[in-house]
Amino acid sequence: MCQCASDAEPKTKEAVELDKVLAKYAGKKGALIPVLQAAQDIYGYLPAEVLKEISAQLKIPLSKIYGVVTFYAQFHLNPRGRNIIRVCLGTACHVRGGAKISEAVTKAVGIKDGETTEDLRYTFESVACLGACGLAPVMMVNDDTHGRLTPDIVADLLERYK
Amino acid sequence: MAQSSHILICRGTACVSSESREVQNELETQIKRRGLEDQVRVVHTGCFGFCARGPVMVVLPQGTLYCEVRVEDAGEIVERHILGGEIVERLLYRDPKTERIAEKMKDIDFFGKQVRIALRNCGRINPDDIDEYIAMDGYKALGTVLTQHTPEEVINIIKKSGLRGRGGGGFPTGLKWELTRKSPGDVKYVICNADEGDPGAFMDRSILEGDPHSVLEAMAIAGYAIGAGQGFIYVRAEYAIAVDRLTTAIKQAREKGLLGNRLFETGFEFDIDLRLGAGAFVCGEETALITSIEGNRGEPRPRPPFPAQAGLWGRPTLINNVETLANVPVIILKGPEWFAGFGTEKSKGTKVFSIAGKIGNTGLIEVPMGITLKQIIYDIGGGIPEGKEFKAAQTGGPSGGCIPSDLIDISIEYDTLLEAGSMMGSGGLIILDENDCMVDISKFYLEFTCDESCGKCTPCRVGTKRMLEILERITEGKGRAEDLDVLRELGHGIKETSLCGLGQSAPNPVLSTLRYFEDEYKAHVIDKVCPAGVCKKLSRIRIIPEECKACGACARVCPAGAIKGKPREIHEIDPEKCIKCGECIEKCCFKAIKR
Repeated sequence: MCQCASDAEPKTKEAVELDKVLAKYAGKKGALIPVLQAAQDIYGYLPAEVLKEISAQLKIPLSKIYGVVTFYAQFHLNPRGRNIIRVCLGTACHVRGGAKISEAVTKAVGIKDGETTEDLRYTFESVACLGACGLAPVMMVNDDTHGRLTPDIVADLLERYK
Repeated sequence: MAQSSHILICRGTACVSSESREVQNELETQIKRRGLEDQVRVVHTGCFGFCARGPVMVVLPQGTLYCEVRVEDAGEIVERHILGGEIVERLLYRDPKTERIAEKMKDIDFFGKQVRIALRNCGRINPDDIDEYIAMDGYKALGTVLTQHTPEEVINIIKKSGLRGRGGGGFPTGLKWELTRKSPGDVKYVICNADEGDPGAFMDRSILEGDPHSVLEAMAIAGYAIGAGQGFIYVRAEYAIAVDRLTTAIKQAREKGLLGNRLFETGFEFDIDLRLGAGAFVCGEETALITSIEGNRGEPRPRPPFPAQAGLWGRPTLINNVETLANVPVIILKGPEWFAGFGTEKSKGTKVFSIAGKIGNTGLIEVPMGITLKQIIYDIGGGIPEGKEFKAAQTGGPSGGCIPSDLIDISIEYDTLLEAGSMMGSGGLIILDENDCMVDISKFYLEFTCDESCGKCTPCRVGTKRMLEILERITEGKGRAEDLDVLRELGHGIKETSLCGLGQSAPNPVLSTLRYFEDEYKAHVIDKVCPAGVCKKLSRIRIIPEECKACGACARVCPAGAIKGKPREIHEIDPEKCIKCGECIEKCCFKAIKR
């Protein structure tokens, strides 16, 4: 029996997942963005090798994929923190002191908007509106929305996310 | 045994973040513990709109509304209200001004003055259960249309109703449908634009969370009218709850045969797919949205051709916004004359607004067109908190402008708002008070559009950047005398020459504040003062001698050593040393330090 397949490195769990996604969208029009979204769900970000694989499978030039990835705020080319802090700087939060919450986050975790801590514990980004204006100022940590914030409670709140 | 009581609890985004999910679980536990699960049902619903007082719930059949319900209140509600039949008074709404307690929704001004058409089912049905939608006459309009009307008749009904696009431009919906129907082509598409990106706007999100089927039904009706078999909903990925509810709704509609082949035993086929927006504001613009669904960078393209002629993959495409679509099934059922009975001559029906900022009742409201701004702010919104003075209302988000306080009696319609230099937009309404700086607000919006400009056309890419630089200069006290004229000239140039709606409207916040608040700009540029005390570099922090208790807390916290004063001696700030960080203001327990 042919054994040559066993010499190849076994595929990672992520790669198997990606194959499934690519198979599902094979030959469909406008598949690139849903595929990138699914790939980012699998890997947490979009590593270069993954983009190359998508390019080969969907037969879309890598340059075009790179153009799409860098256009949309949702896609990330670098690893992200385990906990994503999103501070809302929408209008309602702006007039109710959102900037102070942003300063408090920087003070608490030591990184600025757009940065990730070295231990990959936190990524901090500001967003234009979370649509929870009734609770302004608001921030989201992962999927939890925290509203009616004051700067003094931010540090304790973030400490809960390991 | 029939269920004798229902508890409707809001599970919209705002209430969920105030733990309404946990409250629901606890209610269910408490009900089970008392063996009442056959008589009482807890139903989660979409947004009631009363976000400021969340979590909100209503107990039926009495219709009692409880606000700010905590997990630990659940037991008391079951024990006293459900079993004992008495009202838990401390959880009722209390009007902050009159101290009057209101038991039912209609007794509260916030609800009493609204007319809910697009939001008819939000807060009343479980959005995850298609049977509840059907029980509210859901999908009846689709059935009527497919079995009793020709596509032309449907278009005529919509035209007659006077419905106009609720997403921003206000284009007549029936006319858009007619143009798409008349475009030659055997393949056509319907797209629902749910890429709600204006900061401070959450109308579409609440409809999708509270009543997703109304949008699906309307899309199928539109598909029949224009001759399309496939629809797409382009929804922001950030709207996690809305995406979940839409996914469930599409699945249930397919199972019931309300999407798919041979709908209502006719030859009509229609199906819907979701596309998640990837975080680009410009994709709310229809041609950019189409390019994005096609899998490209979401850049707009010149019109004509309009999407009605050549849209998705070059095919005739109808794009309507969420709120526009949510109106369609009711118009079919109740007739165009009924719908046109609300509103004014040129703006028919109602409009949903999200009101936020410096207002008592932040939340979601639906009001007839033609209502005045004053009625919205004072009768529904509960006025400005802390006895502050109303300064301006910002409508239309980054594409709109500010309505100043002397126009507070303005009738809210598409055309009156345009005349006032603002626009209806999608319905974000931000209330500003005396402590808000208008230069800062316009800088805020311009930062946003500058950041979100896709970069394809020069006026928008470069022009907004230049305007922003000037505004930054002004707020830092480096404004020049000619700046205001340059801002106007640039603004008009960008409006006239940009490729898409984003650029064409980006200067509006600046131009409208320049129109109504020129004195405030001049104070920044000439006197180097920010009258509202917002722009740090232009404000002076001072201690009010009458209020100062000489405790020394401010002097201890001042990083610049700018505060002088001994115990029992009124403190003073040295303006030369002060870096205007505001730490002392935060620290002072007596509110004796002001900007």
